[in-house]
Amino acid sequence: MLAQQLVNGVLLGATYALFALGFTLMFGVLRVINLTYGFYFSAGALLALWLTRSFGLSIWAALPLASVGAGAIAVVLDAVLLTRLRRLQAPELSFLMVTLGGVLALYAALAAWLGPDIRRLPPGVINADAWTFGFGGWDVRITAAQLLILGATAVLIAALVALMQGTRLGLAIRAMAEKPDAAELMGIDTGRVAALVSFLSGCLAGAGGVLIGLNFNAIHPYMGETMMLRGFVVIIVGGMGDLRGAVIAGFALGIIEVMTAGYVSSGLKEAVAFLILVLVLWTRPAGLFGRAVVRRA
Amino acid sequence: MPVWLDDFLWTYQNLVHALGINGLLALSMYVVLAVGQLSLGQAAFMGLGAYSSALMTLQLKLPFVVVLPASVLVPVLFALAIGVPTLRLAGVYLAISTIGLGEVLRAVYLNVDYFGGALGLSGIPERGQTWMIYGLLFVAVLGLWLVGRSRIGRAMEAMREDETAAAVMGVPVRRYRMGALLASAALAGVAGCLSAHVSSFIGPNEYGFEPAVTILSYALLGGIGTPVAPVLGAWVLTLLPELLRGISDVRLVVNGVIIVLAVLFLPNGLLAVRMRRRAA
Repeated sequence: MLAQQLVNGVLLGATYALFALGFTLMFGVLRVINLTYGFYFSAGALLALWLTRSFGLSIWAALPLASVGAGAIAVVLDAVLLTRLRRLQAPELSFLMVTLGGVLALYAALAAWLGPDIRRLPPGVINADAWTFGFGGWDVRITAAQLLILGATAVLIAALVALMQGTRLGLAIRAMAEKPDAAELMGIDTGRVAALVSFLSGCLAGAGGVLIGLNFNAIHPYMGETMMLRGFVVIIVGGMGDLRGAVIAGFALGIIEVMTAGYVSSGLKEAVAFLILVLVLWTRPAGLFGRAVVRRA
Repeated sequence: MPVWLDDFLWTYQNLVHALGINGLLALSMYVVLAVGQLSLGQAAFMGLGAYSSALMTLQLKLPFVVVLPASVLVPVLFALAIGVPTLRLAGVYLAISTIGLGEVLRAVYLNVDYFGGALGLSGIPERGQTWMIYGLLFVAVLGLWLVGRSRIGRAMEAMREDETAAAVMGVPVRRYRMGALLASAALAGVAGCLSAHVSSFIGPNEYGFEPAVTILSYALLGGIGTPVAPVLGAWVLTLLPELLRGISDVRLVVNGVIIVLAVLFLPNGLLAVRMRRRAA
């Protein structure tokens, strides 16, 4: 029982980590809290649904395509909503408000168009095999979908680390996170790097959406909005802009939520996440790993 | 009261109540925006006021004269718990935690039997009166108007324009920020109490993300130059779906687009009036 819960927690945590990774990357480099981020999550899941239903694609093709599609949506929304504010060097609350208005309009339009019903991926999208492993009397059951979630998360995190640490592009992104003006003076095209970062975080959110859709088999327009609470908790606990912190905090939150639902009460699952958020803000606003710079008013 | 007015009020009772209550909510948003902060917990504070006051009426059988003022207590306590840690940090932290608060409370109302679960609380006696709503709205506008014209109002405006400069000039920035958040929670709590006691039913989904953003759109449509402007913004956005039946399906899309356009192109709101003061 405990081992199974732990596995479920790790699986949930993997999607949280993936989702928060894109969110914290976007904040770390572009320095804005972009509340449309949750929409990319919904968009990824709905795109995967459309691709598998209408074109009969398997999840192996639908996952990357939906993820790239969400990334493209992210680039467009960023350009439409934020270009003007960047030029005016508007205060950061303007960025928050404009993305908030934008995301409400997008969710509401999507819900008006598709209806609020919960949709499901077609049953044949991934094979229904499940394997049972025994660890000294504790049995753990893992489905093919769950293995895909773990594998995809691991691949995406590894790819992001390789990009950030091993390529000139990653160097440019890190330089821009450090000091945009200096990066510009060093010959980095900051506009293009910013668009690329939007694209990457959109891809991560979109992939997270597909994987959550696969895990719970429930897809609806507002799913990204409920996910945002987890995104906030994870990026604040991990330290805003801290990629490593987001991964650790994402997995931790997934495990804590599953344990709370299993051993205390499933109704308290959301409340626990929020309680952690408030406690961390009281005690360690820089995040538990203390690398991000606290932004005091 | 003339018969036609009586008829009118009877037919449009719900709309008349909604206009007053949304006006109070717009003011609760205005108070926070006026000090340059962004709280997205207005709907959550309203929900706390609604649920706590409904329980006081239903479970404790308290009279309405006690329940109405007491409805500010719970929202103010929550505002303290969130405000103390976040108001010393940059503005995004308050915004993020207050969005989170709304989400969490909805889950709690839904899952805890004491709050009626998905069915909400029903059979709340209709003790709220139209005159109470408009009386409070009038008092709130008047009070905020007077505050806005006073020394505190000037300090608030200074904080909004440049917080560092205001702090250097001796404005107790943190105290005003906290005061604004508490006043805003109290106003939203009273609005929630009144709405619960005129509609006889409250449910968990009335205080989530969408109402929170809608309240922001009231204030941004009106602008925050004076306390009257956000109230007018609330009235326009409450009446619009009634007048144009076609847009009621896409009401939330309209609210969202209004926020986007207001922030991008009309930073002072539609009613960009600044408060006039005598030269100090």
